[in-house]
Amino acid sequence: MNAGTLLDIASWLLMSAGGVFILVGGIGALRLPDLYTRMHAAGVTDSIAPALILGGLMLQSGLTLATVKLVAILLFLLLTGPTASNALASASLLAGNRTELAKPYSEEDDR
Amino acid sequence: MTIVFSLFLLTLLVVTAVAIVRTSDLFAAVMLSGIFSLMLAATFFLFDAPDVALTEAAVGAGISTVLLLGALSLTAASEHASSRNRVLALFVVITTTLTVIYATFDKPAFGDPAAPIHQHVAPWYFDTTREAIDIPNVVTAVLASFRGYDTLGEVFVVFTAGIGVLFLLGSPGNKPRKSSADARGLRHYLIPRMVGRMLIPFILLFALYVQFHGDFSPGGGFQAGAIFAAAMILYSLLEGEKRALAAVPSAWLHAMIAAGALIYGGVGVVTMLLGGNFLDYSVLSQDPIAGQHLGIILIEAGVGITVAGVLLSVYHAFAARDSS
Amino acid sequence: MYYVVGFALIVTMVLALIRALLGPSVYDRVLAVNMIGTKTVLLLSVTSFILGRPDFLDLALAYALINFIGVLAVLEFFRDRASDRRSQDEERS
Repeated sequence: MNAGTLLDIASWLLMSAGGVFILVGGIGALRLPDLYTRMHAAGVTDSIAPALILGGLMLQSGLTLATVKLVAILLFLLLTGPTASNALASASLLAGNRTELAKPYSEEDDR
Repeated sequence: MTIVFSLFLLTLLVVTAVAIVRTSDLFAAVMLSGIFSLMLAATFFLFDAPDVALTEAAVGAGISTVLLLGALSLTAASEHASSRNRVLALFVVITTTLTVIYATFDKPAFGDPAAPIHQHVAPWYFDTTREAIDIPNVVTAVLASFRGYDTLGEVFVVFTAGIGVLFLLGSPGNKPRKSSADARGLRHYLIPRMVGRMLIPFILLFALYVQFHGDFSPGGGFQAGAIFAAAMILYSLLEGEKRALAAVPSAWLHAMIAAGALIYGGVGVVTMLLGGNFLDYSVLSQDPIAGQHLGIILIEAGVGITVAGVLLSVYHAFAARDSS
Repeated sequence: MYYVVGFALIVTMVLALIRALLGPSVYDRVLAVNMIGTKTVLLLSVTSFILGRPDFLDLALAYALINFIGVLAVLEFFRDRASDRRSQDEERS
């Protein structure tokens, strides 16, 4: 098989994996019990999924200006996604939304 | 296949709109209207209308949500249930909706190449743009040159809206903000501040790129002004109102609001003085095509300056008022 | 190939919308708006390849920007309300 088909298969794989992670994150955001756990799920869709999907698109577009723009979009998403999650979590904690699911460490947990 | 995507998005739009109307918590309604704008921009994009999608994204999804929240922080947070009889209103709305839907039965199908607009008006615009203006983006050519009067009106509408808001709310500098006791805003978090410091120069550069690349790709003055205002709003969120107002003072913003409209009208006056009609850019230079390019650059700059000035002044007017 | 990813993105946007409608606290809704924003960026990128117009990627970049700034602005305004309400409660008690 030539390089073109190989490239197509590789980008197919990358984008499908990205799609799987996006779905997992979406289902998690809906079904997980608490705000902070939902942020974990949403964070999956903000970091690994754009990397895979945009990576697949970059393989499709080769060495053109479009790839440069895709790299810029990817860098921007990877930089600002976790920052937004951080700001959201800090704001929520400061507003007083404690979570019942995270208990502080105590001696009884070891026994 | 993109039709399926569009149908999906349109259904989501209807669901969101119903949710906005039904909820009584106004903050939730503002969030949902942000989602509405996002999906509307995606729908415009799927309909192959990128300029509109970019403007909707820049203005509707970001800045509108921010300004609505600013207004909400000055007023109540939930809607009082109205006790009036709404049957008459419901009847009027349903009748009007059915009439409008019935009126669309006579329209040509979506994207039909045999529709009258694609036989007469669109080919004329394409041909004349290639001959007389020679830029790849026909939307910018139509907006800036063929329908320059309309865009002049739009700039003055934005200008008037900005002046109206400033009259109602006052500009910062007159009313110093009372600092709240619990001042743990974004400017006290390290991570958003550092990331913001890295990003703001690139966002400003991107605004300039969108401004000047409007001839060749989707973009132009409105979008660039909104992105510029968004960058300065980010700076104001991360570094505080005082430093943001020190960086771009209110006097500059007022000057920007007036300067943009002045540039646009000024180009029209200059073309009249040079012997052409009002806003006929061909007389601006020896070569008519170069004159058109120069005219489009100048008026797009005027649009961008006014839009940026108005959006930023309105944001500062909201943010500098204390809510208690 | 692109349609599969586009479909996954739209399904996730529906799920996030349900979270925005359900979310008991206002921060759940902010989370949902942020998610829909980033999914829209990816949807725009994929669609620009479907339509064969790579110069539409500028829109996706502008979108990502606006989404980020919008979320931070929303959090700042909520922080203002929460702190004002807390200082009012402290004054009253």
